[in-house]
Amino acid sequence: MDPVKVIEIKKSVFEDNDKDACLLRKELKDKGVYLLNLMSSPGSGKTTTLIRVINLLRDKIGIAVMEADIDSDVDAIKIKEATGIQSIQLHTGGMCHLDAEMTRQGLDNVDLKGLDLVVLENVGNLVCPAEFDTGACRNAMILSVPEGHDKPLKYPLMFSVCDLVIVNKIDVLPYFDFDLEKCTEYVHMRNPRAQVIPICAKTGEGVEKVAEWLLTEVKNWKNK
Amino acid sequence: MHELGIVFYIIRDVKKAAEENGVEHVNAVVMNIGEVSTIVPDYLMDCWRWAADKEDLLRGCELRFNILPAVTFCEDCHQEYPTVEHGRTCPYCGSEKTYLLKGNEVEIKEIEV
Ligand SMILES: Nc1nc2c(ncn2[C@@H]2O[C@H](COP(=O)(O)OP(=O)(O)O)[C@@H](O)[C@H]2O)c(=O)[nH]1
Ligand SMILES: [Mg+2]
Ligand SMILES: [Zn+2]
Ligand SMILES: [Zn+2]
Repeated sequence: MDPVKVIEIKKSVFEDNDKDACLLRKELKDKGVYLLNLMSSPGSGKTTTLIRVINLLRDKIGIAVMEADIDSDVDAIKIKEATGIQSIQLHTGGMCHLDAEMTRQGLDNVDLKGLDLVVLENVGNLVCPAEFDTGACRNAMILSVPEGHDKPLKYPLMFSVCDLVIVNKIDVLPYFDFDLEKCTEYVHMRNPRAQVIPICAKTGEGVEKVAEWLLTEVKNWKNK
Repeated sequence: MHELGIVFYIIRDVKKAAEENGVEHVNAVVMNIGEVSTIVPDYLMDCWRWAADKEDLLRGCELRFNILPAVTFCEDCHQEYPTVEHGRTCPYCGSEKTYLLKGNEVEIKEIEV
């Protein structure tokens, strides 16, 4: 038998994805399209929040949504019916996250003409999606009140990669011992630049602040 | 949690390295995995066996790990301490202003051919 030959590689498995993601971001910049990666646990209110925000913004800017949360068309159809905008379902094949390559494939199926903003509703999961750069211009996440204010301590990576933390379901605050002040403090321990916006997607309370944040982001992306 | 996705990345990188080196079969892949990388080695192994055996280049190829210790740095007292034992709170001064120095690596160290 041949003697064993060792070939040194010394390479992070995330390296290629990080490169793909940077390339995708650059292409989006050239096209003037802002991609937001929206993450959360399952059921925190991504789809409900998106519908509210889109209905506030759709007359001002061109928007499309890519749904990756689960492998059924339910959310994509719900968004299309509730807002009338372009909305497609990505099939993740049971994968617990999206990477830049999958995001690019998704974007290939979106008609980018006249679009300023594409929102990616990522797979519902607080661990995996945070590790993979999708190529989005920014990451945002939704934490819902029933999940507890200590989530930033338990999932530090997720909160360190997000520039916007939406605290949803504030209508149920009276029934939970969720401390908004503590939550904000914990979020800032992970990312001092992060904005925290409390909302109730069910009634629409506070959603206009999210819409404003997004509008400013999209404008800055196009101008710089 | 995302071991299968990681396995596909490993296979892609190993294939590339094999091609560059004119290698026809890889006998072992050695990984460096940080203690707090969130990778579960047993689970990674299961995914690996399933996916690697579908590739001629990697049929029967072994996957081995070096587990690297996680180390956290305290911004207040400038000392380092083992992350797994003490978490985010510095054992020397009690500060929570700490960050991970190393321990979340997921890298391919080398391949044996
Ligand atoms: N009480 C309350 N329920 C909400 C709120 N926002 C969403 N929900 C409910 O939470 C559930 C999950 O919402 P959905 O938007 O599908 O979450 P997703 O899985 O993150 O997309 C649904 O039953 C929503 O009606 C809210 O602000 N308050
Ligand atoms: Mg959804
Ligand atoms: Zn995962
Ligand atoms: Zn200290």
